[in-house]
Amino acid sequence: MSAPADRLYEIDVMRWIWIDKFLEFESGKRAVALKNVTLAEEHLHDHFPGFPIMPECLMIEAMAQTAGILVGEARQFKEKVILAKIKNAVFYHYVQPGDTITLHAEIESIAPEAASTTGQIKRGDTLIAQISMMFSHVDKNLAGKHFPEENFVFTDMFNSLLSGFVDQKNAGGKN
Amino acid sequence: MAMSRDDIFNQVREVLVDALGLDDGDVTEDATLMGDLGAESIDFLDIVFRLEKAFNIKVPREELFPAEAVMNNPEYVSGGKVTAKGLAELKSRMPHTNFSEFEKNPDVNKIADLFTVGAIVNFIEGKLK
Repeated sequence: MSAPADRLYEIDVMRWIWIDKFLEFESGKRAVALKNVTLAEEHLHDHFPGFPIMPECLMIEAMAQTAGILVGEARQFKEKVILAKIKNAVFYHYVQPGDTITLHAEIESIAPEAASTTGQIKRGDTLIAQISMMFSHVDKNLAGKHFPEENFVFTDMFNSLLSGFVDQKNAGGKN
Repeated sequence: MAMSRDDIFNQVREVLVDALGLDDGDVTEDATLMGDLGAESIDFLDIVFRLEKAFNIKVPREELFPAEAVMNNPEYVSGGKVTAKGLAELKSRMPHTNFSEFEKNPDVNKIADLFTVGAIVNFIEGKLK
């Protein structure tokens, strides 16, 4: 049996949240988010058996969400912000279950078409990783290719993360 | 003191090495950004941001890389070739670029070859004057 169309749409735009909350949010400039790492995350059972460490690609995802929301909010969530390039990523330490990591992101440059960010991941004062990224405002690139009207990047799921930091009427994918 | 062309080239090379993950030796005046150095569209924006920072100038993307606007205009491109009108437009928008090779066969797919390291150096030189 095929899923109803609206259900398919939901699957299509489904996003997963990989950070727990924001600690600081300075519109258009910088943000700090927090993530708790738990052994209940099933991938840690296999990565690696007997030696669970957070995969580096998922540290990149956490930074992409922190920096991506920062970039999106800078344009009142009118742009579809897509991670386009990892400019640089260096990892200094493992992250293990029970760790709390903080993700510190800063906007380095922002233009109508794109933004670049720099960032650090820390555990307490220990530097875990440095990650710089480029985000594309996808409607303004790709030679005028058309994307759906609604903002499929910033869905209502982001509302709770930003509550208390930004004006709620702007959050959550309203065009 | 004004920067010499060599100084500008060295700084542009550093920007391209960092943005595209190259070795110093890859970056020559004649190297094309896409063909020789492997740049993709998002890299152009990365390069623009880095140039702005390195030289402390404003670089409107359409000034340095205006080809997209020209390619999307049917008046400027016909049958896979850039028309005379399109060529004139490209030339006026890209005064920092050498068109002598491109003019012989203005294939739209060859527009990418216009973006050379030398063209960026010329552009920056013009901006710093």
